[in-house]
Amino acid sequence: MKASNGLLKEMWKQRAAYLFLLPKLILFVLFILIPVFWAFLIAFQEYGYSGSEWVGFKNFMTTFTSSTFHVALLNTLKYTVFTVPVTIFLALGLATLIYPLGKWSQSFFRGAFYLPTVTSMVIIAMVWRWVYNYRFGLFNYFLDFLGIPPQDWLNQSDTALWALIIMSVLIPPGVGVIMYLAAMGSIPETLYESAKIDGANAFQRWWRITVPLLKPTTLYLMMLSLIGSFQVFIQVILMTGGGPGDATETIVHLIYKTAFRDLEFGLASAQAVVLFIITLIFGVVQYRIMYRKGEE
Amino acid sequence: MELRRASSNFITYTVLVVWAIISLLPLYWVFTTALQLSEYHDETTGQVISYVESEPPKLYPMGIPKYFEEWGKARDAEAAGDVAQAEHYRERMDMIVEDTFSGFKTLFAGTNIWRWFFNSAYIAIVVTLGILLLDTMAGYVLAKKRFPGRNFIFWLIIATMMIPGQITLVPLFMMVGKLNLMNTHWALILPDLSMVFGVFLMRQYMLSIPTELIEAARIDGASEWKTFWKIVVPLAKPALATLGIFTFMSVWNSFLWPIIVLDNADLYTLPVGLKTLQDQNLAIFKLLMSGAAVAAVPMIIVFIAFQRYFIRGLTLGGVKE
Repeated sequence: MKASNGLLKEMWKQRAAYLFLLPKLILFVLFILIPVFWAFLIAFQEYGYSGSEWVGFKNFMTTFTSSTFHVALLNTLKYTVFTVPVTIFLALGLATLIYPLGKWSQSFFRGAFYLPTVTSMVIIAMVWRWVYNYRFGLFNYFLDFLGIPPQDWLNQSDTALWALIIMSVLIPPGVGVIMYLAAMGSIPETLYESAKIDGANAFQRWWRITVPLLKPTTLYLMMLSLIGSFQVFIQVILMTGGGPGDATETIVHLIYKTAFRDLEFGLASAQAVVLFIITLIFGVVQYRIMYRKGEE
Repeated sequence: MELRRASSNFITYTVLVVWAIISLLPLYWVFTTALQLSEYHDETTGQVISYVESEPPKLYPMGIPKYFEEWGKARDAEAAGDVAQAEHYRERMDMIVEDTFSGFKTLFAGTNIWRWFFNSAYIAIVVTLGILLLDTMAGYVLAKKRFPGRNFIFWLIIATMMIPGQITLVPLFMMVGKLNLMNTHWALILPDLSMVFGVFLMRQYMLSIPTELIEAARIDGASEWKTFWKIVVPLAKPALATLGIFTFMSVWNSFLWPIIVLDNADLYTLPVGLKTLQDQNLAIFKLLMSGAAVAAVPMIIVFIAFQRYFIRGLTLGGVKE
């Protein structure tokens, strides 16, 4: 009794703090917290004109047995496996090249690699559709120099997904470059000097000192781009619509179609919950692997 | 040794420049295509050429060389005293200019793009100002005040940052329907205002502000609100700039949620408008790229003007304290 009285008193004393927090908290509860919990409830229901009905795990069973979901999952994984490591490696490579340059060149290249990232993905996807155009596109034009015959990249089921992957890799890893540059700046110069005295060459210094010390940044970037590539959507809806067939169907595009074209809210929520769990598993596994390696 | 250094420098610059060209080329392509000649009447062959769809692709707007070509001819004709011929070439120069900008002209005359631009701008500004105010208030008390439930609230907010946004699409859609907000800008503004990244960012920044400054103001008898407004907000300016820019960028570019809740061409934001343009005018690339240019320019300007805040914002999240 006394304890709760004391608590209330303390809360009353700090009422200003609660008032400062209140507006944000109301929005947060209303538009994030409740929807998240609601999503889990919807996943166990079926929606029709007459209202909703509990169906247990039916939506999950449908999700796991649907061949479209399998294809979407596989495509998303393929996209992730090929874009995430390459993007991060590119960011590291470019940052390594930029770091020793003068101040002016540094900020020029940083800007050049980051600028495309601030423009909307919608714009980038629209241009790339044009770049991949069979007859007039830049892509076939440049491939022609390499002696590669023109392809209708986005409209062939065996190249469409690759076209999206290539595009993602060629969009510069601006965020990664900037983060790596900042992290490189915080590595103490004395480490390199003593390694130099011990006779380590430039590559050894990079591989033995720079790369290991950048690991927190690498982990952070991997998490970011993993989450981003699991959610790949804009390129799909604007460039291929998931096609041809379902050659470029991805999970988020499938969720979007299931919910807002087919109006299967329960099924779409189940798919979203599965996506959430997959993201979580990947995140945890990646974290474990990175940290175990580091402790050896 | 000097030579080796020079050659490795040369290789570094070559790789970086090539990659910078690859990275900027698509954006450059937007503007080139938007300003490309779509209809050029070649007088020597009598053919009408479109450089928008040409093979090989033209890497710069062809209006520029053609304009000067006609200008040269007009000058020669004038020098030869052939006024009528000179007039003819001058007319062709005007036509080239008109054709070059015809994409933008059609866009502004034939679509709602002004409307979309205005919608995008005002939504982004309202959300940015709202986020700045709410998140600074929340971040401030989470960092500097001790009150029951503080840690719980903070960790609750952090935990939801990890959840992919797609999971709330369906419930939010239903909620917006129940609140009768479908097809209104409130359906965009309210969920955007609830984003929590800024609370985290402001709280982290507030931790570095010396508490003595705040306490001194309290002892002088300033009210909570006055202390916040006169002491805390000015001290947080760098973080406010960063948060403001990132919020503006993410609202300006947001796409998935707007295409779900907006179904009225007057209410579209720019990205949604661009998508409908693409759906309707599959073949008119000049028009599409003009639209893309209109959507891209504000972000490019914001980026160039505030580059250092972008960079600071990114490194705030990535480097451990």
